[in-house]
Amino acid sequence: MTETTDSTLAGLAAQVADACEAGRALTIAGGGSKPFLGEAPPDTNAEKLDITAYRGVVSYDPGELVMTARAGTLLAEIEAALDTEGQRLAFEPPHYGETATLGGTIATGISGPGRPYTGAARDFVLGTKIINGRGEVLRFGGEVMKNVAGYDLSRLMAGAHGTLGVLAEISLKVLPAPRFSRTRVFEFDAATAIERFNAWGLRPWPITAAYWEDGRAYLRLSGAESSVSAAMETLGGETLADDALFWADVREHRRDFFTRGDAPLWRLSVAPATPTLDLHGETALDWGGAQRWLVSDESPESIRAAVAAHGGHASVYRDAAGEPIRPRQHPMPAALRQLSQRLKHSMDPAGILNPGRIDPEF
Amino acid sequence: MSELPAAHAAGAGAPAPENDAKARMRAALTAELPEEIVLHAEEDLRPFECDGLSAYRRLPMLAVLPSTIEQVQAVLRICHAHDTPVVARGAGTGLSGGALPLESGVLLSLAKFNRILDIDTANRRATVQPGVRNLAISQAVDHLGLYYAPDPSSQIACSIGGNVAENSGGVHCLKYGLTTNNIVQIEIVTIEGERLTIGSPALDSPGYDLLALMTGSEGLLGVIVEVVVKLLPKPELAQCALIAFDDVRKAGNAVAEIIKAGIVPAGLEMLDHPAILATEEFVHAGYPTDAAAILLCEIDGTEGEVADDMARVREVVEASGATDIRISRDDVERALFWAGRKAAFPAMGRISPDYYCMDGTIPRRALADVLIGIGELSEQYGQRVANVFHAGDGNLHPLILYDANQPGELENTEAFGGAICRLCLEYGGTITGEHGVGVEKIDQMCVQFPSAELTQFHAVKAAFDAKTLLNPDKAVPTLHRCAEFGAMHVHHGQLPHPELERL
Repeated sequence: MTETTDSTLAGLAAQVADACEAGRALTIAGGGSKPFLGEAPPDTNAEKLDITAYRGVVSYDPGELVMTARAGTLLAEIEAALDTEGQRLAFEPPHYGETATLGGTIATGISGPGRPYTGAARDFVLGTKIINGRGEVLRFGGEVMKNVAGYDLSRLMAGAHGTLGVLAEISLKVLPAPRFSRTRVFEFDAATAIERFNAWGLRPWPITAAYWEDGRAYLRLSGAESSVSAAMETLGGETLADDALFWADVREHRRDFFTRGDAPLWRLSVAPATPTLDLHGETALDWGGAQRWLVSDESPESIRAAVAAHGGHASVYRDAAGEPIRPRQHPMPAALRQLSQRLKHSMDPAGILNPGRIDPEF
Repeated sequence: MSELPAAHAAGAGAPAPENDAKARMRAALTAELPEEIVLHAEEDLRPFECDGLSAYRRLPMLAVLPSTIEQVQAVLRICHAHDTPVVARGAGTGLSGGALPLESGVLLSLAKFNRILDIDTANRRATVQPGVRNLAISQAVDHLGLYYAPDPSSQIACSIGGNVAENSGGVHCLKYGLTTNNIVQIEIVTIEGERLTIGSPALDSPGYDLLALMTGSEGLLGVIVEVVVKLLPKPELAQCALIAFDDVRKAGNAVAEIIKAGIVPAGLEMLDHPAILATEEFVHAGYPTDAAAILLCEIDGTEGEVADDMARVREVVEASGATDIRISRDDVERALFWAGRKAAFPAMGRISPDYYCMDGTIPRRALADVLIGIGELSEQYGQRVANVFHAGDGNLHPLILYDANQPGELENTEAFGGAICRLCLEYGGTITGEHGVGVEKIDQMCVQFPSAELTQFHAVKAAFDAKTLLNPDKAVPTLHRCAEFGAMHVHHGQLPHPELERL
């Protein structure tokens, strides 16, 4: 680590320590590509903690399948470095903009189409260096695949929206990129797609993504060419041309579906084989049925009730014009919420890190 | 397993509780629970005195064997009200003393929670009670072509609740992940006796990823009473290569080269010369006894994938200087190749009165250096060691051979073990890859973590268990203890004063 990066980190830690002392809220600022995620948008009036200067790959050894990088590093830069070695982030993180950073990617904990088959962002976090709410620089986990020394606070950072600590450095497990990939398209209705996706999931086929929209099901197979070809033959369907672009569009919400109409866009997270839900509006299915996108004017209450009946949860991804929907996240049971609040307090006692980003109260 | 004597029984833990404390707790528990599930007589408590780390033994004040979640809630509520510590126990196969009882505490056995509650084929999940054995899950779904991936070597006996508490691994972690990557939901009971659902049937949950935090928390944050595990389709085919080297450095480099070639083996194990000799003599798996090290490289997947990857493995290891490569022709031969690896621990039992199984993880690139370093330590401490590694994920299991009947050998063995832990840290690794900290590695935690991190761990613990009643004095050392231990935190692989000899 150079002196400059050292002093950048020390400066960030000092700013957090000062804010803690003064009880002054901080808004952690990365690339600003995902303000719509989380409970409340970043508070632009609060003091900004800018992590974008703390950037760069710290270490990357392809033989270890591990990369460590600073939180302010552009996601695109990380992916380019991995690509040179034929490796990748197997959770296929959405960017939602060119300014996406590694820190924001892990803080929001989002994952792309491969998630049910290769794992989520949290599954690839091996270690972190964080600044807790006291301004202390702490290191948890490490750069090895197996590590059970101490509580797994690193993985806990994934999806915590920076409210438990400012991500400074992240060590990730990376994987070889698939050698061969093909996507097959089938004409199915939604119910059939759910049924087929999950029946196929019982077979030892190299399925790496399953999406449905507008009467068409898309199934991606990746691995050795021979096994992809063999599975395609058994499955039937048509081969999709330029499938890499298709999946990138699904991942980045660039498909027409995501900008269709004026109604709010909801993300429904359910067990994959959950039947189609009786809700007005238009639906797309990703993650083999486990992540469903709903453009709907139905009340938040009825959407949440329909999803909760199957043990799932619903969050608002995009508001319609007018009053934004609150809460955006699916409410937690009271006991779990109290525990979460105590956990937050244990890491950020003054409650200064991104307050309100994970819960209206903390 | 390691049969160390009860050398650590005295001196550890709090002084024996007064009889009236025991009588009071027994009365409080039996007022709400059936009398026969509250054990108090010494002969009934004896089976709980230790787990798989049998060097540490202690009788609990009382043991309770509930069979319903409501009873678990009652036990915890009562213990909380009486400020009495609780140690939860699954199958008792843990290797770090995580289930070691407290003389002034209640031992909560989850052994009666041994039912598989639901198999959800469409969603590829199974809901099981914590006392269900790891292997029993895979057996129960075998007819569906599914299995539960994490397979710690104790999988015949170890229970899923313990697997979650320890974040257990096994041979197939590199490709299929650890326990934390293979569960979706757990039910826990807090120390206040409250039941909470953590995780969800979906692939994520609102709020913090408490499932990640609970997994591997060694029973310090809550008691697991139900687990929903992921099931995977069984691979079409698995094949194993037995690869010999005349030099450990070449074998270590071959491991890194296989990974660099874009192959993710289902299992990649390494045995050094002493381990090869002992296992071959014991099970006759056909290991080349003149080899300095062997690798077992298992590839699974579809027929095409296995054929492709095996061809690449062959190329890579030939280029790395392998002296012999044998690829299993069928499942019988594959089982034979594995038989040696699986018998490695009992094989040590045949050549040495006692052995001590260590556990640490290092970056793969350091495999050869650490192996050589362990060899040097072996000479320095004057004790033999055999090495069995989960090389694919850098997880080491050095087996230190000793004789407990020789005065001082146990203490020397433990010092040797501590030196191996420090060696792992110096190479950027960790003191435990999959066995947990428990009581065994608690002092080494002072070496791995500075006091600010340890303080943060204690604060997290307090968010769950303000009175520090759940499995106290395990997993995370107090700063006071670290000061007494005189720990040196190893920073960036640099020991303070590297010029000094550390024994």
